[in-house]
Amino acid sequence: MSMFGFHYRLERKSIGLVLMIVAVASVGGLFEIAPLFTIHQTVEDAPNMRVYTPLELAGRNIYIREGCYACHSQMIRTLRDEVERYGHYSLAVESKYDHPMLWGSKRTGPDLARIGGKYSDEWQVAHLNNPRDVVPESVMPAYAWLSRTELRTDDLSAHLKAQRTVGVPYTDDMITNAAADAYGQAAPDSDQAEGVAKRYGKATNVRAFDGKANQLTEMDALVAYLQVLGHLTDVAEKPVADAGGKP
Amino acid sequence: MRMIEQLTRDERESALVILLVMFVVGAVMTVAGRADLFSVHGALVMVAALAGIFWVGSGFYAPEPSADRLTQYYDDPSKVGILLAMGWAVIAMFVGDWVAWLLVNPNLTFDAGWASFGRLRPVHTSGVIFGFGGNALIATSFYVMQRTCRARLPGQLSPWFVLLGYNLFCVIAATGYLMGITQSKEYAEPEWYADIWLVVVWVAYFILYMRTLARRKEPHIYVANWYYLAFILVVAMLHIVNNLAVPVSWAGVKSYSLFSGVQDAMTEWWYGHNAVAFFLTSGFLGMMYYYMPKRAERPIYSYRMSIISFWGITFFYMWAGSHHLHYTALPQWVQSLGMTFSVMLLIPSWVSAGNALMTLNGAWHKVRDDAVLRFMMVAAVFYGLTTFEGSFMAIRPVNALSHYTDWTIGHVHAGALGWVAMITFGAIYASVPWLWKRPAMYSARLVEAHFWLALAGTVVYVFAMWNSGIIQGLMWRTYNESGTLAYSFVDSLVAMHPYYIARAIGGFLFLIGTVIGCYNIWMTIRAVPHVATEPATDRPELAGTPALQPGE
Repeated sequence: MSMFGFHYRLERKSIGLVLMIVAVASVGGLFEIAPLFTIHQTVEDAPNMRVYTPLELAGRNIYIREGCYACHSQMIRTLRDEVERYGHYSLAVESKYDHPMLWGSKRTGPDLARIGGKYSDEWQVAHLNNPRDVVPESVMPAYAWLSRTELRTDDLSAHLKAQRTVGVPYTDDMITNAAADAYGQAAPDSDQAEGVAKRYGKATNVRAFDGKANQLTEMDALVAYLQVLGHLTDVAEKPVADAGGKP
Repeated sequence: MRMIEQLTRDERESALVILLVMFVVGAVMTVAGRADLFSVHGALVMVAALAGIFWVGSGFYAPEPSADRLTQYYDDPSKVGILLAMGWAVIAMFVGDWVAWLLVNPNLTFDAGWASFGRLRPVHTSGVIFGFGGNALIATSFYVMQRTCRARLPGQLSPWFVLLGYNLFCVIAATGYLMGITQSKEYAEPEWYADIWLVVVWVAYFILYMRTLARRKEPHIYVANWYYLAFILVVAMLHIVNNLAVPVSWAGVKSYSLFSGVQDAMTEWWYGHNAVAFFLTSGFLGMMYYYMPKRAERPIYSYRMSIISFWGITFFYMWAGSHHLHYTALPQWVQSLGMTFSVMLLIPSWVSAGNALMTLNGAWHKVRDDAVLRFMMVAAVFYGLTTFEGSFMAIRPVNALSHYTDWTIGHVHAGALGWVAMITFGAIYASVPWLWKRPAMYSARLVEAHFWLALAGTVVYVFAMWNSGIIQGLMWRTYNESGTLAYSFVDSLVAMHPYYIARAIGGFLFLIGTVIGCYNIWMTIRAVPHVATEPATDRPELAGTPALQPGE
């Protein structure tokens, strides 16, 4: 058979074999990944979508650092039971600013895509301090040290700048004031609080997330992040016709 | 003979230069990153380079190695690689079993970040995949490419660079996770600087492979080498594309991935699934295509089946990643393509598994008597089972039930324990006596014990996760008579408890087997060879002999 004849010659040439492997293995990715960047309907339009505040971004980085994504997904599938349990199925646009995405692959714990606002700050703090205080059956680790650890803010401007490099629309104003905004968001009575609402919108949660306004901890950041999950845009709450991409 | 004295003077000098450069890079990282965890890894690089400098220095002035070495294969890196693989196996499987117990008793975290499930889990996954699997692949590939090319490695320095450089990557990865340094991309967690280092190592690996192939005395490149080559090439492609990222600072650990959201998800699972394909399948099929026929003393059943399965796997797998994203915000046409190719993938997978099992025709009595060959046979069976299960789980409605549940974990471990670890143990038990010139393993009965512990552990583990996964999936979607969800999430969690205990016990059995394997290998190495058992044929073809003649 000629196919095997061809191969009989190919396998005598190491460079030929290498080129053939690379060519054959490239096809799948070219067909499946490359179009996602060019087809407009891949990601819906959400003109009013806001970016993460510096405090929320810091919280997101703590979420990543602690490996929360290993047990919690942030992707509600288009299945009836998931929509009834967790809320509207996740839209692509909702993770448009997520570098990297945290869709997850496993639910040892529940999905968190729309956890924001579902529980109070006090509940979130108590739960992170020791999950079994509020959910006796929980198998989640305790993260009590987050309340004791001061949040690092001096590098937040650099973080926002790097985010802008990969495509998140942070303004110069946001980048310059990143550290102050992080402080202000968790200290509602401070002078820095006003700038947060100005730069990120009135709907932004400005609260002493861990209950202590005088101290900015990693607990503040993580709870601020959890409370905004599912609320960067309201596109999922609108009728489907409005949420879709342009034809 | 001490290993460093086998290097030529030139090689020792080059090694010193490389190590000095490494030391300087480490020093720069330490100083520039002093406000960040970056300095910890800088210090680690410095210490590694310093250890290397002392090692090379200890034999630097030894006389040139005799030219006699060129009439033999260069196996020192393979020996060290096998020992490193076993070391990583014990560490990573221990951590795996520990985190399994954490899901039984979550209070074992000592109020410390490094001890929590989220940070330990990647130590387990990377430790097993890259530490154990990767070292086994590198060690066996060096062994196999020399034999199947009947040529000695082109130099003695680059194999050490590949092996030890790769292990430095593994150490940076594992220590990073404990400190919370992670990109969060599953199986691609190491941060940007570790990723760059791996690219350097990998390019050296590729060049080494090609140079050895160029020196071959066989006209044809043997099947095992196709698979090892695909492993090296495609892992490089996947690694580079999936890890594209922008560091926050050149002196800090943190980076942000170039892609976001749906594109990032697709890229990650294109990588993630093909890490399974080209790391955990291609590479280990290469291993199987050499060690199984050697051990069974039977030729590969079918050359044509080898060709069909090789190109089928190389082509189809690359489309299959999107089955990890069924019913998500990924466009449905990509999901459908992923499902279709995942189902088609069953054909080359089963052709491979069938080819392996048919190779044992005429040698089944050896499978009965020889636990080493039985490891390989069971591996091929698990390969067939797992690829069937994988294709099945990639079907959208099945995935609706299985995704996000422990069923996935069961599936992965059927592959990782049943296929990857079993074929590796088989290959290692076959290689150790060959490499250290011993007549056989220290104890055949301990190999037998390891085999049954590994098999029992795998079966217990996989059955526990099948049960828990399917129960979980069903509970999440069960409605009561009034049309509302019947169970809360916590209800499903409570139902998992007995299975989590069973899983941890299964994992423990598997770990015990691995520890027994380490003891057995150690005792084999320590035993004094009473006769020279090196077969006269286990030598490279030299320049004087006629080039290009078919051999074994």
